[in-house]
Amino acid sequence: MNTLMPYLIIGATVFTLGIFTIIYKKNAVGILMGVELVLNSVNINFIAFAKFVDKGINGQVVAIFVIILAAAETAIALAIILNIYRTKATVDVTELNEMKH
Amino acid sequence: MEMKEILFYAIAAFTLFSAGIVAFAKKIIYSAFALLFTFLGFAGLYVYLGADFLAVTQIIIYVGGILVLILFGVLMTQKIYDTKAIIAHNSLWFSVGGGLFVALIITALLVKNVWLAGVPKAFAPTTEAIGKAILSHYLIPFEIVSFLLLGALIGAVYLARAEDKEK
Repeated sequence: MNTLMPYLIIGATVFTLGIFTIIYKKNAVGILMGVELVLNSVNINFIAFAKFVDKGINGQVVAIFVIILAAAETAIALAIILNIYRTKATVDVTELNEMKH
Repeated sequence: MEMKEILFYAIAAFTLFSAGIVAFAKKIIYSAFALLFTFLGFAGLYVYLGADFLAVTQIIIYVGGILVLILFGVLMTQKIYDTKAIIAHNSLWFSVGGGLFVALIITALLVKNVWLAGVPKAFAPTTEAIGKAILSHYLIPFEIVSFLLLGALIGAVYLARAEDKEK
C-alpha cells in the first residue's frame, strides 16, 4: 500500500483487460469501454508516480489532462456511433467496412 | 494487518473484479454497469494515493459524464429483441492471445526495470497546488485543451444532430 508496485500491478492488469475488451467486443460502444479502461489504468500509473517518485504533483496535472481528453473523445465517438447507427442500423464494427453509404 | 491496508486490498480486488466483468460480460449493458463500479474503485485508489482533487474529479466526470454518455449510447443503439446481435463477440482465444501478449510485455517491463527510490510524502490537500500548476507551468496545455473542448463540443453537436429532411 505504501509502495509503488501494487499500483503498477493494478494498472497493468486493468490495461490488459482493456486491450482484451477492445479486441473481444464487436459492439462499437464496447470498444469505447475498453478504451476507457486503458485510459484509467494509465491515469493510476501517472498518479502513483506523482506520489512515490516525483517531488511535485506533475503526474496529477497530466492525469487531469487525460481525463479531459477522455471526456472529449467519448462525446465525439458516441456522436459518430449514433450517426452510423442511424444510417446503417448496426454498431457491429466487423460489418462497417466502407466509408460511403 | 491494519484496517487501512485491508480496505486497500478490498478496493483493489473490487476494481479488478468489475474490470473483469466489463471485459467478459456477454451483454453490453452489464459491461456498462460494471464500468461504473470500476470507475468508483479507481476513485478510491486515488484517495489512497493522496490525490483528493482527482478522486472527486474522477467521480464527477467519469461517473457523472462519461458513463451516462456510454449508457446513452448502449441504450440508443441496441436492438432489444435481436439477442444474437447483443451477445456477438470476436473469437475468445484470439482476444485472450492479444491480451496475454500485452500482459507479457508489461510484466517484462515491471520486472526488469529498476524503479527509482520513492520520495516520502505526507497526505496534503492538492487542489491549491494543482490550480497553481495549471495556471503557471501548464498554462499553454490548459489553453489548448480548453480550445479542444470547444471544438469537440461543436463537433459532437454537428455530428449527432438530426439530418434535415431533403426538400
